[in-house]
Amino acid sequence: MTNFTLHRSAGLLAAVLMLGALVTTSAAAAEKVLRIANLGEPETLDPHKTSTTVEFNVLCNLFEGLVVQDPKGNVAPGVAQKWSTSADGLTYTFNLRADAKWSNGEAVTAGDFVFSLRRMQDPRINSQYAEVLYPIKNAQEVNTGKADLTELGVKALDARTLEITLKAPTPYFLQLLTHQTALPVNERAVTELGGEWLRPGKMVSNGAYMLEDVKPASHIRIVKNPNYWNAGKVAIDTVVFDPSEDRGTVLKRYRAGEFDIVYGDLPNDQLYWLRQNMRNELHIAPYAGVYYFSFNTTKRPFNDPRVRQALTMAVNREVLVEKITLAGELPAYGFVPDGTANYTSQKLPWANLGQGAREAAAVKLMSEAGYGPGKALKFQLAYNTSENHKKIAVALASMWKKLGVEVELVNSELKVHYANLRQGDFQLGRAGWIADYNDAQSFLFLSQTSTKQQNFARFSNPDYDRLMDQASITADPAARARLLEQAETILLKELPVLPLYFYVSKDLVSTKVKGWVDNSFNIHYVRDLSLAD
Amino acid sequence: MWAYYLRRLLGAIPTLFAVMTVSFFMMRLAPGGPFDRERMLSPEIEANIRKAYDLDQPLIVQYGIYLAKALKGDLGPSFKYQDYTVVELIASGFPVSFRIGMTAIILALIVGGSLGILAALRQNSVADHLVMGIAMVGITIPNFVIAPLLTLVIGVYFRLLPVGGYGEGSLRNLILPTIALALPPVAYIARLTRASMIEVLRSNYIRTARAKGLPGRLVIGRHALRAAFLPVVSYLGPAIAGIITGSVVIEQIFGIPGIGRYFVQGALNRDYTLVMGVVIFYGSLIILLNLAVDLVYGLLDPKIRYDFRHD
Repeated sequence: MTNFTLHRSAGLLAAVLMLGALVTTSAAAAEKVLRIANLGEPETLDPHKTSTTVEFNVLCNLFEGLVVQDPKGNVAPGVAQKWSTSADGLTYTFNLRADAKWSNGEAVTAGDFVFSLRRMQDPRINSQYAEVLYPIKNAQEVNTGKADLTELGVKALDARTLEITLKAPTPYFLQLLTHQTALPVNERAVTELGGEWLRPGKMVSNGAYMLEDVKPASHIRIVKNPNYWNAGKVAIDTVVFDPSEDRGTVLKRYRAGEFDIVYGDLPNDQLYWLRQNMRNELHIAPYAGVYYFSFNTTKRPFNDPRVRQALTMAVNREVLVEKITLAGELPAYGFVPDGTANYTSQKLPWANLGQGAREAAAVKLMSEAGYGPGKALKFQLAYNTSENHKKIAVALASMWKKLGVEVELVNSELKVHYANLRQGDFQLGRAGWIADYNDAQSFLFLSQTSTKQQNFARFSNPDYDRLMDQASITADPAARARLLEQAETILLKELPVLPLYFYVSKDLVSTKVKGWVDNSFNIHYVRDLSLAD
Repeated sequence: MWAYYLRRLLGAIPTLFAVMTVSFFMMRLAPGGPFDRERMLSPEIEANIRKAYDLDQPLIVQYGIYLAKALKGDLGPSFKYQDYTVVELIASGFPVSFRIGMTAIILALIVGGSLGILAALRQNSVADHLVMGIAMVGITIPNFVIAPLLTLVIGVYFRLLPVGGYGEGSLRNLILPTIALALPPVAYIARLTRASMIEVLRSNYIRTARAKGLPGRLVIGRHALRAAFLPVVSYLGPAIAGIITGSVVIEQIFGIPGIGRYFVQGALNRDYTLVMGVVIFYGSLIILLNLAVDLVYGLLDPKIRYDFRHD
C-alpha cells in the first residue's frame, strides 16, 4: 500500500473523529440548480437509440423536436412555429422558427430534420424503437432495408419548411413527434465524431440545455444553452440527474434535502407515511398505463373464452387497489384508460354487477366449461420477481379459490419472464403497458395479430384486426374513434387479457419547484419549471 | 524467487482462460436475453440488432470472435449502457471502488487489529468480552441493515453527512459508505487477530523470548505480532479483492458509481459483454492478490521461502 492511501486513510480517520462537529453547509450560490432523482441510468443519450422515460427525462431538455409538450402534456410548438395538414391527413407541412439554433450557434434547418428522421430509420443505426415512426411513408421499408433512405417521406422544401408525408392518416402523428425518436441530431457532430458525439463538450444540441458532464452511475449534469431560442425564459441554470435505483435511498436523500424532484416510482410501503408527512410534495396522478395479465389463448385451459371470462369476473379490483397497490390506482374495467384523447373508454359488459353477482356468474361459466367440484382448474400464474407483483398474484390466487381454482405461482427474473411471454411459454402471465402516445391505438394494437410477439396472448380475431386496420386508414377522428371503440368492445368480450388497474405516477416535488403540473404521461420539461429561493 | 513468481503468473493463464470459457457459456445458456423486456422489439429490428452484435452466429463462433477481441484488450461495447465500452465502464468505476475499498480495508486493519491485540492481551477480561461481543454483532448484522440505519440517523435525522451520492468524490460523501464497508472486516480481523495472538503467545519461542528477559513490548511487537498477523494476511488477499471491486449492496444504498453494481446488474440485464468484462477483471485481480499474499507471507514468516536453491 502506498503512502498516498495511508495519508488518505489518516485523513478519513480524522474525519470520522470529527464527525460530530461537522455541520451541513448550504451553498448560498445565486446559481439555480435543480436536482432530479431519475428512474435509473439512461442506456444511451442518443435520441434515436432510446426507448424509455429514463432517457426521455434527460433528452427532452437537451433536444427540441418540431413539437413539444406543454406543462399539461398537450402538443405545443417547438422548433416548428406552426404547421398545416393536407385535407386527406397525409401531408404535414411545418414552418420552422427563424431563431432556432444549435448549441454551437448554427441555425436549425429543415435539412437537420430530414437527416435525423432518415437516421432514425437507417437500418445501420439499429434503432430499437424505429417502429414508433413507421406511420411516416416508407419508414418501415427503409428500416428493413427494402427502400433507400432517400425514399423516406420527409422533404425539406426550403431551409425553414419541412414536409412529412404519411403512409395513412394518423391523427396522433403530432403526439408521435413529441417522442424522443423524433428529436433532431446535429449532422456534422454525428457524422464527424461517431460515437464520441455523445460525450460532454462534443455534443451539439438544440434544446434549452446542453450536456456538461456525465459519469456513469453517478450523474448527468446539463446547463442552460445560451443559444436556445427561448433562453430568456429558461429559469433554472443547471440540472443534475441522479440515476440511483434504490428507491428507499432516493426517498431518504429527498428527505435530507438532496433532491428537489423524485421521478416515478416510490416504495409502496412508504406511501402511507408520505401521505401523512409530505402531503404537499407527493404528486399522484393518473398515468397512461395498464397493469394486466395475458392468457395464453393458444393452449388449454385458456383457449376457452368462458374460463377467461370467469377468472376476469372473479377478481375484486377494488380490494386490489385499496389494500395492495395503495397509491390510488383506478380499477380497470377496460383496457384503455379514461381520459385518452378523442376516445370513449369501453367497459366490461358486467362492470355494473355487484361482486357477489359476478362471482356467481363466474362459477356458472366455470361449470359450463367443465370445471367445478371434483374437477378443479389448475394452472400456473407467472410474474417477474417483485414484492408488489407477488402480493397481487397471491391476492388473485385467493380470489379464485372461490371458483375452486388451484393456482401455482411462478416467479422469475424480468428477462426470463419476458422471454417466456415472448415464446408463448406460459399459461397466465403478468404484463404492463405504458402508452407511447395519447391515443387508444397505443393500447389496442397490443392484441392485433400483426403485433406478433408483443401480443403475448397470441390473440387473433379477424374482426378485431379488420377494425384496427380500418381505423388506421380513417382520417375522420370521430369515425376512427367509433372503430377503435368497437375493437375494444371485442377485446373485452373475448378477454385475451385480464386488465387489473390503470397506473398512477408517483412523484415527489419540493415546494420550492414552481410550474409543475401533473399530467398523464408524467412528462415535465425543465424549461417550464423554476425554483423559488 | 523471481522464477517462482513468473511460473505462478504463467500458471494463472489457463485458470483465467477456464474462468472465461465457463462464464461465457453459462451466461449464454441462461434463459432470457439482452433484448427481452416489457416492450418487445419487432422481429425485424431484433434480427438486425442481433446481427450487429454477432448474436446470429453459432455460439462457438461468437466465442471465437469474443476471444480474439479480448486478447487485443477489446472487451466490446456494453449491451445496456450503449454509449460506453466495457473497458470504459470498468475504468470509470474501479478507481471509485478502489478508493473506498482500500480506505475501508486500512481502517479495518488498524481498528480490527488493535482491538484484536487488546482483547488477546487482556484475555477473558471485560474489555475482551466487549470487543468480541461487538465483533460478533458486526459479523452477524449484514451491511444492508447497518447502511440504511447509518444514513437514516446521521443523514436524515441529524443531517451531518449526505445520505448518498458520490459528490464527485468529496470526503463528506465517502465517510458513511467507508464505515459501512469497513465494519464487517473490522469484526472479522479483530476475531482473527485475537485468536491467533492467543495461540502465538502460548508458543515456545515467545516463552523463550520472555525467559531471556526481553521487555514485554518487544516480545509482542517484534515477535508475536508478526506471526499473529499471518492468518490475517491470508484473509486479506481475497478480502481486498472482494472489497476494492466494490460491494453491490453498499454502492446501491449509497449511490456510489463503483463497479460493484455491474456484477449484479450485468447479469440481470443479460449484458453479456459487461459480465464477461467484470469476470475477467475480478479473476485477474484475485490471482494477483493471492500472489501478493504469498509474497507477504515470505516476508513475515522466515519458515516460508520461495527460492528453491536447495532443490
